[in-house]
Parts: sequence; C-alpha cells; structure tokens
Amino acid sequence: MEYTVTLLILMGISIILALSLNLITGYCGQISLGHAAFYGAGAYCAAMMTKAGIPFGVALLAGTALAGALGVIVGLASLRVRHDFLAITTMGVGFLFLGVVRKQDWLGGEMGIFAIPDPGLSKTAYMVLVLVLAALVAAFSLYLKRTWMGFAFDAIADDEDTARMVGIDVPRYKLTAFAMGTALAGLAGGLYAHDIKYIGPDSFSFIESITILSMVVIGGIGSVPGVIFAAAALSVLPQWLQFIAEYKLLLYGGLLFAVMRFSPGGLAGMARGMAARARAGGAP
Amino acid sequence: MTAVLEVRGVSVAFGGVQALEDVSFELREGELLGLMGPNGAGKTTAMRAITGVVTPQEGEVRLRGRRLNGLAVERRVRLGLGMSQQIVKPFRSMTVVQNVALAAGAARTANPLGALFQTGRGAETARARELLELVGIGEAADASPSELPLGFLKRLEVARALALDPQLLLLDEPLAGLNQAEAATFADVITGLNRGGLSIILIEHNLGEVLRICSRLVVLDNGRNLKSGAPLEVMADPAVRAAYLGEGGDDAEAG
Ligand SMILES: Nc1ncnc2c1ncn2[C@@H]1O[C@H](COP(=O)(O)OP(=O)(O)OP(=O)(O)O)[C@@H](O)[C@H]1O
Ligand SMILES: [Mg+2]
Repeated sequence: MEYTVTLLILMGISIILALSLNLITGYCGQISLGHAAFYGAGAYCAAMMTKAGIPFGVALLAGTALAGALGVIVGLASLRVRHDFLAITTMGVGFLFLGVVRKQDWLGGEMGIFAIPDPGLSKTAYMVLVLVLAALVAAFSLYLKRTWMGFAFDAIADDEDTARMVGIDVPRYKLTAFAMGTALAGLAGGLYAHDIKYIGPDSFSFIESITILSMVVIGGIGSVPGVIFAAAALSVLPQWLQFIAEYKLLLYGGLLFAVMRFSPGGLAGMARGMAARARAGGAP
Repeated sequence: MTAVLEVRGVSVAFGGVQALEDVSFELREGELLGLMGPNGAGKTTAMRAITGVVTPQEGEVRLRGRRLNGLAVERRVRLGLGMSQQIVKPFRSMTVVQNVALAAGAARTANPLGALFQTGRGAETARARELLELVGIGEAADASPSELPLGFLKRLEVARALALDPQLLLLDEPLAGLNQAEAATFADVITGLNRGGLSIILIEHNLGEVLRICSRLVVLDNGRNLKSGAPLEVMADPAVRAAYLGEGGDDAEAG
C-alpha cells in the first residue's frame, strides 16, 4: 500500500510535468530540451522557502511563479530563434541552470538541499493532493485546446508566418505558452521536493529534460490522454526495472528517435490509426 | 480622393539583387488596381514590403496616412490589410473551413489572455462557410488542404483574407491554377467585392482578366516604376509592350 502510494505520487508529478511541456511543445509547437531547469527552479524555490519556515502552500505557489517568470525571460530570449536553434538554446538553459546551482553554496551546491520540511500531510493525503492537481492540469489542458488560444496555438505550431498573416501576435502567444508551461513545471518541482525531501543538481539534469520530452513525444505530441499514459508508464517503469533506470538516456533517446522516425503521432497517433483500420476492416 | 495606401520611394535589395528601386504608387479609395509586370519585376516583393514580410531599405508605406514602417505583419493585418499570397500557405493541420474560421475570429485572438476565456466557433465557422461559397469552393469546406489542387488553395487564401474584414485586399496571382471559365467567374467575384466598397490591389498574369476588371494599372519592370494609368492607355505604351514581349511574351498573349 505504502509503495503504491509512493508510485502514484511519482506518477502524478510526472503527469503534471509532462503536460506542462505539452503546452509548449505539443500545443504551441516549440521544442524544449531544458524543461528540467524550470522543474528545478520551482523545486529549489519551494524547498528554500519551507526551510525558512514559510507555509507549504505559499512556497508551492512561489515556486510556480518563479519558474513561470524564468520561463518568460527564456521565452523572450528565444523569440528570434526557431526550431533546431530553439532546441539548442533551451538545452543551454538547462545546463546554465545546473551550472549556476552547482556553484551556489546557499542552494546547497553539489550536495543539494537536505531535510526539506514535511508539508504536514499524511502520505495518502499528499497523494490525493498531487493527483487532484494532476487532474486539474489535465482538465485545463483539455479546456485550453477548445479555446481560441488553443486555436491560435494550432496555427503557430503549423506555420508561424501564416499565423501572422491572420493577425496572430505570434511572440505574445509563444510567451504565454512558455509562461504557463514553465509555471506548471515549477509546480511539479515544488511537489517533488516535498515528496522526496531531498533535491540536488542531479535531480534536474539533461537526462530529466530528455525524459520529460520523451513522455510528450512517445505519448503523442499534443495529445492529453497520450501524454498522461506515457508519463505514467515512463515514470514507474524505471522503479520496477533496474536496467531502465541505468540506461535511461540511451533508452529514452532511442525511443524518442524511433517515434519521431516511424510514428510521429506517438502512441496517440498509433491508437487513432488502429481504430481507423479496425473501422475500415469491420466495414462490409 | 484620399489614398487608402501609399507606397513612396520603396527600395528592397536581397543581397546583391535589387528587387525594387525607388518604387512609388498609390491605391485610391474603392479602386481595383492592377499591379503588373513581367516575371521577376518585383510585384511580389512590393506586396511583401506592404505587408511587412520584407523590410525596405528605403521608402515608406502608409495606410490611410498612417505610417506602417516598422510594424510587424500581424499589426498591419489588424490595421486592415488582408492578403492572399502567390505561394499558397494553408494551415495543413486544419480543415479548409477551420483555416478561414481562424481568420474570421481575429477579434477573439487579438490578445492571448482574452482568447483563453473564449470558446465556441459557431459564428466564425458559419461566416467561413459563407466566404468559401462566395469564392466558389464551398464543397471543399471539410477537406484537408493537402487533398486540394492549386486552384482551390488559391481561393482558400482569398477567403481567409476576406475573413479578416480588411480595408484593403492584396491579391497575388489569385487566378493561377484556374481554367478560363473558373478564372472569369472568380474575376467577377473580385469585381463584386470591389463594387461592395473594398479597395483591392491585384497582381495577376492573366492579362485578359486584368484588362477586363481593373480600373487602373501600375506596371513595374526590373524593380522600377515603368508606367501607370488607365488600362488601355498603359497597354498601348511601347515600353510596356517591350517589357512584356521581351521577358514574358507568353503572358502578353493572354490579352
Ligand atoms: N527572398 C528573396 N531572396 C533573393 N532574391 C529574391 C527574393 N525574393 C525575390 N527575389 C528576387 O527579386 C526579384 C523580384 O522578385 P518578385 O518575386 O518580387 O517578382 P514578381 O514580379 O513577383 O515575379 P513573378 O511574376 O514571377 O511572381 C527577382 O529577381 C527575384 O529573384
Ligand atoms: Mg510574384
């Protein structure tokens, strides 16, 4: 039971994290290889604050806000770069974050932050909190897709230049996607820090960024159910199978490549294809 | 008469290629102006300088007296420019009607936060269907742009531009990909829009239709102003004939 609760918390956090990147990469079409930086910023911020005696809820919100603010700054810097350059820029942001955190004694340096205070909830209550937040983020994602903001994101992901031709302020929409996506990554970070109660630079490494991106791409870029499924699966598999944990970068990198190459729609795309074939096969 | 659009002394160079050199013309209220010239004359570049896709090294563009230089494409669109491009660029992830509905909802996408609190696309979709009927591709409303031939995509571009309710419509070769009968029908649609009060700049190689529907012509050659005036007067000019026969003889035959 205890173990199940632990896994469900981990899954819930991963779902929030993957859905947060899905807003940026899936909805708005902007690749990011440095999403772990915002996850980390939220985690460090929330952990430092609860260690300073600030209530958990306030710390969680502050971590969310800080990550979102950093996201806007990175977004502003990235407005002029496209596609492959954006991948490199965001990867750079990820490394920059690690480089800075490693050298800051007040952030625990290489050792990280220990003994993060307990949020004062039972393990089960914490699980309920995480799962409720994950459900809210999923509901928000589904709602967003139906709004005119979602419609504008579709256009930007499809073709930025043409989006401008129909009057869409592409930079502002991109910044909004970055702000929302990175803020939610910060929320996931705060939840993670107060679950594990220890964070260090290694918790937010390049491998973590690739893992998050794998969840989005394998699940199916832009598909909420697909991304939730992939996030749940990819977060618990390494807990069960030791070799996955050891070869994470290789495995996820390989999976990422295979999906991009052979099934760009991810699992969601495959499921749609199979459903279509089943219907076609069932027809007289 | 007030000018809807003024292009003053515009020069555009791409690296070593001088695509436009000191080009000036204006579009008056309610006009249907033909912007002519042989291949490579700089017509598309002139349109891009107006819309803001390319930045002129010199000169200025004014919409109803308001200077557009320095404004991003989307700002100019919101000030009233609507355009259909020579190289069609539909949103391929959307259906035809969605392409147009997005433009019809320009007021809803004006700012991201406002857009977050707006759902429902019924009115815009209905308007989009009307416009698709108007341009003659209503039957393709639910198709994907990737399944459609050029003639349909050209008209999709026009419907999408119209959905913005522009003050000024810029059309770059909208008749391409249409057969004679379709071209004539669509040229009549363009005339109808113009009669309805819309000011239009038409770039088009189909000389027959241009001479039939345009009220005035501006001819560019080699990136420079060559001639402007009433259609028959312009076409009677030996320099215009030479430009067409010299570099685009096949186009001149269309007239
Ligand atoms: N992006 C660009 N980079 C370099 N050169 C360009 C670019 N766009 C246009 N040119 C050049 O500028 C000149 C004018 O091109 P433009 O497309 O404006 O001509 P056009 O009058 O529209 O011709 P067409 O009738 O063939 O469409 C041509 O010599 C073209 O090769
Ligand atoms: Mg052209």
